[in-house]
Amino acid sequence: MSMRRFSLLSLAREALRGHSGWQPQWRSPPSPAAAYDAVIVGGGGHGLATAYYLAREHGMRRIAVLEKGWIGGGNTGRNTTIIRSNYLFPESAALYDHALKLWEGLSRELNYNVMFSPRGVLMSAHSVHDIQSFQRHIHANRLAGVDNEWLTPEQCKAFCPPLDISPHARYPVLGGALQRRGGTARHDAVAWGYARAASALGVDIIQNCEVTGIRREGPGGAVSALETTKGLVRTARVGVVAAGSTSLVMAMAGLRMPLESYPLQALVSEPVKPVFPCVVMSNTVHAYISQSDKGELVIGAGTDQYTSYSQAGSIQILTHTLDAITEMFPMFRRMRMLRAWGGIVDVTPDRSPIIGLTPVPGLFVNCGWGTGGFKATPGSGHVFAATIAKGEPHPIAAPFNLARFETGRMIDEAAAAAVAH
Amino acid sequence: MLLIRCPHCGDRPEVEFRHGGEAHLARPPEPAALSDAEWAAYLHQRRNPRGPHAERWRHIHGCGRFFNAVRDTLTDRFLATYPTGAARPDGTQQGDPA
Repeated sequence: MSMRRFSLLSLAREALRGHSGWQPQWRSPPSPAAAYDAVIVGGGGHGLATAYYLAREHGMRRIAVLEKGWIGGGNTGRNTTIIRSNYLFPESAALYDHALKLWEGLSRELNYNVMFSPRGVLMSAHSVHDIQSFQRHIHANRLAGVDNEWLTPEQCKAFCPPLDISPHARYPVLGGALQRRGGTARHDAVAWGYARAASALGVDIIQNCEVTGIRREGPGGAVSALETTKGLVRTARVGVVAAGSTSLVMAMAGLRMPLESYPLQALVSEPVKPVFPCVVMSNTVHAYISQSDKGELVIGAGTDQYTSYSQAGSIQILTHTLDAITEMFPMFRRMRMLRAWGGIVDVTPDRSPIIGLTPVPGLFVNCGWGTGGFKATPGSGHVFAATIAKGEPHPIAAPFNLARFETGRMIDEAAAAAVAH
Repeated sequence: MLLIRCPHCGDRPEVEFRHGGEAHLARPPEPAALSDAEWAAYLHQRRNPRGPHAERWRHIHGCGRFFNAVRDTLTDRFLATYPTGAARPDGTQQGDPA
């Protein structure tokens, strides 16, 4: 299917025709073909991006994305869309900055407006420990070629006027670390843009198709086929990108993963006029907030303490975050919250993702993004596609191998997270 | 918020408790005798099931004691709570790939 490109001309023409000429943006065949060269399990942003780069950069044509529900309906549609790359360790900074560089050209690459908005991500410091930790990040980031700068409280206030920097606050703002290249993007557009571009390159996107079994009849127990609710699909390469459900899918191949799945909640306020110009994150009081282009304040809460697949969390987690938000931004104290929801995030012991090969030949996995995977979507798909196509880890993905839990070469961002979960 | 029945204190709100992860994981008596893969499996691999899950809780703002529970991770409904050291109650295994 040839993709009809968006351009000023096509938009103007459709405006004059009452928008009667638009076609579906991607093909979604009702059922999969009998065989594919590669099958991606999971139609979120990461999975769709993987399929897109497999087709775009590695010339594979017979590719399917199997999605249990609808594309982008999992964590891609449930996160707070924050994008940044100022991670502490060189391996992480390389991975997330690879993604950030792809974000910067993504709308043009996909010919689809993903509304990437580098409005700046400000992390506020409230303690001596915060100051030392953030400044360590800033120095490490500078060595890694990632922008990140220190702001005084007055500079924080100038950058984000709603912020309360008075010394009478319960947790006074002592400064902040700002990544100006960071920001937000439109989550649905990311899924739809990748789906549209992948579909145009021949990728089959099969929705409402749950994988129920993994057959390993190839040499050395290699993957040979997937059992699905829409029939058997033969393939020698499977990429599992199933986020919170990864443990369940991998168990079908006989593998037990170093993952636990937790509910992570977010909420939005009633929409208001533009009041909040950037993204602010605070580790100490646990708050992160931005304003969507629709005008809603988008607020992220924490994970619940227990594992769950219920896609709903406890109310005290939300109120805890709102306490922090209204403490930092007193002007929001009378705002009403409109919706709250949960997603299921798969968390690794070192809070870094797993991208790469598995002990099962032909089976690849991209998981463990935990509470912060959206920002990595383009980079994750890009390096995972290369890993699947070549059968060996992409250099940026290599440190994030599954075997690190055995060798001990952890990438311990757990202690370095922007917000502790 | 969950309502959790501490085997020693009765029904209490979740905020009195700390979750303690998967239950019935026995530390290997001789770690040095294990291969790296076996030790890594003990440390890091978890069943993480969608369904009944045996897990530890600690009534940290109450009696302070650890106990075990079986909770359905799809509905968050508790099927049983029982003291540490007791066997997992019959009838709570279904759906858990233990």
